Amino acid sequence: MSTNLPDATELPSLPRDEDGPVFREPWEAQAFAMTVSLHAQGHFTWPEWAEHLSAEITTAHGEGDPDLGDTYYLHWLKALETLVAEKGLVTSKALVQRKDAWDRAAHATPHGQPIVLGPND
Amino acid sequence: MSEHSDHSHLSDSELRVRALESLLTDKGLVDPDALNTIVDTYENQVGPKNGARVVARAWVDPAFKQWLLKDGTAAIDSLGYVSTQGADIVVLENTAQVHNLTVCTLCSCYPWAVLGLPPAWYKSFPYRARAVKDPRGVLAEFGQGIADDVEIRVWDSTAEVRYLVLPERPAGTDGLDEEALSDLVTRNSMIGTDRLDGSVDGRVG
Repeated sequence: MSTNLPDATELPSLPRDEDGPVFREPWEAQAFAMTVSLHAQGHFTWPEWAEHLSAEITTAHGEGDPDLGDTYYLHWLKALETLVAEKGLVTSKALVQRKDAWDRAAHATPHGQPIVLGPND
Repeated sequence: MSEHSDHSHLSDSELRVRALESLLTDKGLVDPDALNTIVDTYENQVGPKNGARVVARAWVDPAFKQWLLKDGTAAIDSLGYVSTQGADIVVLENTAQVHNLTVCTLCSCYPWAVLGLPPAWYKSFPYRARAVKDPRGVLAEFGQGIADDVEIRVWDSTAEVRYLVLPERPAGTDGLDEEALSDLVTRNSMIGTDRLDGSVDGRVG
């Protein structure tokens, strides 16, 4: 389980925290909850999920992410996008289109108003 | 120079999460209300207090402790803390001779039902890597000097098995009841980075 880890002496010191908020931003909580919900409904197993998450974390670390725990939910979100596409729940193309629609909706919405999708999105 | 705009802006992550959630909702695969319930549960209801109650029960009830060490999943379920991820919980007893330290080297598997969601450092690469390679050094950074004659056992969590450390009951607590004892148990002591001998790091109470 612990192969290919670098020499401990070359590693930076540990990031430390006290009991902070569980989620730093609301989107992290939403990504977390979607995963728990889809798993509870049997769309994937927890080992399948753990495999996807650890793969994203390994990839990001290899690409230079210092990986101090603060980027964790970015990896989580990417793993979820990949897994729902693999399971045929939502295609990658639909995700991109819908993301663009939300971006347009945000730009068309005055600051402080709730952002809603247009009728054609 | 700052760009001042009067329209709304969503970050890349916010846009991606909105895209995913709205598509899954459209297909009836997730229910926004159910998602809110899940978030509320993990933010406000599940946390290391649960684990602290498990530990305190084991300290005062030898039969429960025996059950907990033999079948952690069932004993913890009996207190109403049920894992929804289908993973077994194995409880590791610290003694004067053995100190247990838990980690997930691959990602961040963690006994949510009893500890809530993991702290940032538990998810970090330095902890994941160093807990295995240099546990004494890691414990020293947490302010825990472990005597050389104490064996340190490092346990690597998986999606199927999560670990909970049963710390030693601190000396001089004979007069405390279960509730008071649970206030002494820190989150970190149940991960294995604290020994409850005066340090207050990650205290739950």
